[in-house]
Amino acid sequence: MSAASEEPADVTEAHRPFPWGTVLSWAVVAIVAAQAALAVATNRNFEWEVVGEWFFHPSILAGLEVTLGLTVVSMSLGIVLGVLLAVARLARSRLIGGLAGLYIWFFRGTPLLVQLIFWYNLATLFPHIDLGLPFGPTLARFRTNDIITPLTAAVAGLALNEGAYMAEVVRGGLLSVDAGQWETVRAFGMGRARALWRIILPQAMRAIVPPTGNQLISMIKSTSLVSVIAMADLLYSAQAVYNRTFQVIPLLLVAVLWYLLITSLLNVFQSMIERHYARGEVDRAARAAPAAPEA
Amino acid sequence: MSESGFMVRAHGVHKSFGLLEVLKGIDLDVACGETVVLLGPSGSGKSTFLRCLNRLEPIDRGSIVVDGQQIGYRRRGGRLVELPERRIALQRRRIGMVFQQFNLYPHMTVLENVVEAPIGIHGEPRASAEAHARELLGRVGLADKAGEYPRRLSGGQQQRVAIARALAIRPRLLLFDEPTSALDPELVGEVLAVMKDLARQGMTMVVVTHEIGFAREAAHRVVFMDGGVVVEQGRPDAVLGAPREARTRAFLNRFL
Repeated sequence: MSAASEEPADVTEAHRPFPWGTVLSWAVVAIVAAQAALAVATNRNFEWEVVGEWFFHPSILAGLEVTLGLTVVSMSLGIVLGVLLAVARLARSRLIGGLAGLYIWFFRGTPLLVQLIFWYNLATLFPHIDLGLPFGPTLARFRTNDIITPLTAAVAGLALNEGAYMAEVVRGGLLSVDAGQWETVRAFGMGRARALWRIILPQAMRAIVPPTGNQLISMIKSTSLVSVIAMADLLYSAQAVYNRTFQVIPLLLVAVLWYLLITSLLNVFQSMIERHYARGEVDRAARAAPAAPEA
Repeated sequence: MSESGFMVRAHGVHKSFGLLEVLKGIDLDVACGETVVLLGPSGSGKSTFLRCLNRLEPIDRGSIVVDGQQIGYRRRGGRLVELPERRIALQRRRIGMVFQQFNLYPHMTVLENVVEAPIGIHGEPRASAEAHARELLGRVGLADKAGEYPRRLSGGQQQRVAIARALAIRPRLLLFDEPTSALDPELVGEVLAVMKDLARQGMTMVVVTHEIGFAREAAHRVVFMDGGVVVEQGRPDAVLGAPREARTRAFLNRFL
């Protein structure tokens, strides 16, 4: 072959062909997206002026506050409960592990909507709640209806349900940690609680955070179920408006845009948390990334 | 303090995993300040025996006394009572261990790795724990790596950090479970050098290893195990130079 007689050239002299395929696909997507955006923006039926009118309306903002408040409180309680349940499930004690498993089985196995209605109507099953010794004297007695308001029923329903899902998320994270780490903390004589808190959970967080982000986003939208127990969340507030004005589409758009906005903020927040827990990792992303083309 | 002068007294130790009997009656005493190397083919039970010494594995029969305390049990009245894990943790607090896979805490810096147990378990003030940690890191030749995360270090460096971490608890006994088996050949020397130093300074150590050279230079006694029993033991020059048992000879021949 004639080519064999040539000296092999140094690879730095190589030319990178112009990426026609990449440019073309970006262009196609950009044109289609622009077309779609224009179609939605100029379509009178979307009634964008109505969307603008209601976007910051006090009744919508009040609903937004309920949605955010319920999400934050229920999710926080759910995470704490989930960690406790996950640790219980992995406990050496068959009794504790079994009880945690039973809890998770029940709360994941029944519809959230039914759970919410159940908590809201607890008074019909148990008119009074007594605090006291089992089979012994009653120390305090409460009327169930004084305790269970729509708010407490909503928080209880959402948090107890979330706890069951989070328990599995956390358990998966704990199991992802190298068994050698458990062995090491045992060899050093570290107590179980401290080992979990200092050594195991921080490493498990890398596996826990992404599905927790999922759970959180799903929770924001699950809060719309509380409208069945007379809580005025974001979606319910939008519905309340269009039931009067019949501007169904624009008001649903108001709710949708708010949901998307919150979700976007959470995504940013999530990647910050992920970066925090990735410390100590050799940067795989940077290594795997293709070299930037020379200018 | 163990009045007997022995740091470890193991007597008739039996251990099975299911139907497989891994340890078939091991007797081994380790004097204070002694370095004992456990040699033997894979599956001879030497690592299992090491893990029994700090009760990472409970034993089925026999007794193990470390530093005057029967590991995993205590005497109440005339009876022997099994201790809960929380109490065994207290017995382990002065037994350091170095693992084959280093097992450093990957989310903590080197310094945090070393001070974790002294501060968290032994209640040492942070300032003195960190000073001690820096001194130990200096001793293993890693004074400049205190702020680094473990995964950015070579295997040999990680294992030296693990040794510093084990030393930070001011151990009465150090256990090494094949500390150089996961290392690239050119990194083995730096770890063995640190271990030889420790042996010279009178640390009581039980070392499971395949490094015959280390056994010859640093060990006071070599124990050859095979099939869950101690086949032969004695001074390194005797066991390694002129083994009496055929099994020991067969094992050593593979290293020549």
